[in-house]
Amino acid sequence: MRNPLSQKVMTIEPSGIRRFFDIANEMEDVISLGVGEPDFDTPWHIRDEGIYSLEKGRTFYTSNSGLLELRREICRYLKRRCSLTYDPVHETLVTVGGSEGIDIALRAMLDPGDEVLIPQPCYVSYLPCVQLAGGVPVVIELQEKDEFRLTREELLEHITEKTKVLVLPFPNNPTGAVMRYEDLKAVAEVVIEKDLYVISDEIYSELTYQGDHVSIASLPGMWERTLTINGFSKSYAMTGWRLGYVCGPREIIDQMMKIHQFAIMCAPTTSQYAAVEALRNGDADVAMMRESYNQRRRFLMHEFKRMNLPCFEPFGAFYVFPCIKEFGMTSDDFAMRLLEEEHVAVVPGTAFGACGEGFLRISYAYSIDALKVALGRLERFITKLREA
Amino acid sequence: MREQILTFLAKNSKMDLGELAVLLGSSEDVIRKEVEEMEQEKVICGYHTLIDWEKTDSEKVTALIEVRVTPQRGQGFDTIAERIYNYPEVQSVYLISGAYDLLVILQGKTLREVSSFVSDKLSTLDSVLSTATHFILKKYKDYGTILGKKEKDERMLMTP
Repeated sequence: MRNPLSQKVMTIEPSGIRRFFDIANEMEDVISLGVGEPDFDTPWHIRDEGIYSLEKGRTFYTSNSGLLELRREICRYLKRRCSLTYDPVHETLVTVGGSEGIDIALRAMLDPGDEVLIPQPCYVSYLPCVQLAGGVPVVIELQEKDEFRLTREELLEHITEKTKVLVLPFPNNPTGAVMRYEDLKAVAEVVIEKDLYVISDEIYSELTYQGDHVSIASLPGMWERTLTINGFSKSYAMTGWRLGYVCGPREIIDQMMKIHQFAIMCAPTTSQYAAVEALRNGDADVAMMRESYNQRRRFLMHEFKRMNLPCFEPFGAFYVFPCIKEFGMTSDDFAMRLLEEEHVAVVPGTAFGACGEGFLRISYAYSIDALKVALGRLERFITKLREA
Repeated sequence: MREQILTFLAKNSKMDLGELAVLLGSSEDVIRKEVEEMEQEKVICGYHTLIDWEKTDSEKVTALIEVRVTPQRGQGFDTIAERIYNYPEVQSVYLISGAYDLLVILQGKTLREVSSFVSDKLSTLDSVLSTATHFILKKYKDYGTILGKKEKDERMLMTP
């Protein structure tokens, strides 16, 4: 029989998290700090709108680019929160999570051989999506000494004649790093000078704890070369609703629309109605959750300091990225032993790129009580390692 | 700052103030001072425990009693409210807008105890015009807490 599979797909590596997940899943009393989604339920008034839309029988497709009502609210929101101006009709596309946005953006923009700059550590899907789109991923390894921000020098070093797109994932999963205005400005200058495009994944934009989030598209000369990707998963605790959006220049959005309409048709209708409510009346919920994450962030930083576990202070998303180099083992070994010996699940930094070696991603999308138990076990584990 | 402290203490009066200081990015001394001041100012009036009595052996009956009264010249509702709230079995007394004036929450051991309080003590007060007693059958949620429900984390253990 012939090989049914494509070479392109075969060469893609499976997610590094899978192995841990399988083992953790078999354990009875495992405490996980490995979750990449909010612990809050979607606020009730938002869920209620979803239910109401079902009761009213709104169970049909929406237009390909999403309910116009929702796109209008998205544009109002981006204006209000990120100083970004987009036209809801031609420059806004509602997607199935931010993930779909990343995928179709790359597919719409890349020709074979085009290089895409991916700063790592970062979310796991950019690199395989570039490969699937026929592009060539070029990894930029970010440094702890820069608090995992992308610098002008790092960017310049990796640009070639084939470089077309820069993926900008901030606030960052897994490091929690944020790019301040001056950091973005330095990046923007290079992007403009070298005539690149930016795919800015701002899914954690509402979760920053020191100053407001800055969208790179709001910088002079950047709007026309940026796709802004965002969504409802993190800010409104709506991961399971699978809803995100992409905004950008019409010439790119029009082409993404083609892929979207043939592959997806439209984002889930129920989720879209719920999202309208989220944008209209959800500001207080976002503020409440942000404050809660910030408290847990402070708690974790305080505990790490007490345990002498080095960790730069992150100001975004809901992750901390402590350094475990002192223990002389790989992140993978550390995480596996922590899971086997103390039944605490964390994600090794290497799941997010080779330069995550020596680090762990610890999520604080958990209650303080759960964090306390988990940190108690972590402390016992590192004390044991230090005494050995 | 005060509001944040109160939000935590309202949920957990046993909260460690050192821990609270960490969460709020403040120092324990500052928090302790604020709490003491609020205790003195009677902003904080007590530290109670939320109990699901249904899970205990003790029998308790809670009733909400709507009371219509004649307000008294110069004193409004205050005097009659005081006469009612001085009974130790009375948990709460609220002045209410709408069809009646006072809402009295009463806790007794038995149905009989509650009804005799209403007929013997409450209804016989001069300014009380009428009462309507509602017994609570089941408490689903109290003080913002859903009773008897165990939270379960339904998320996948690890996600990117």
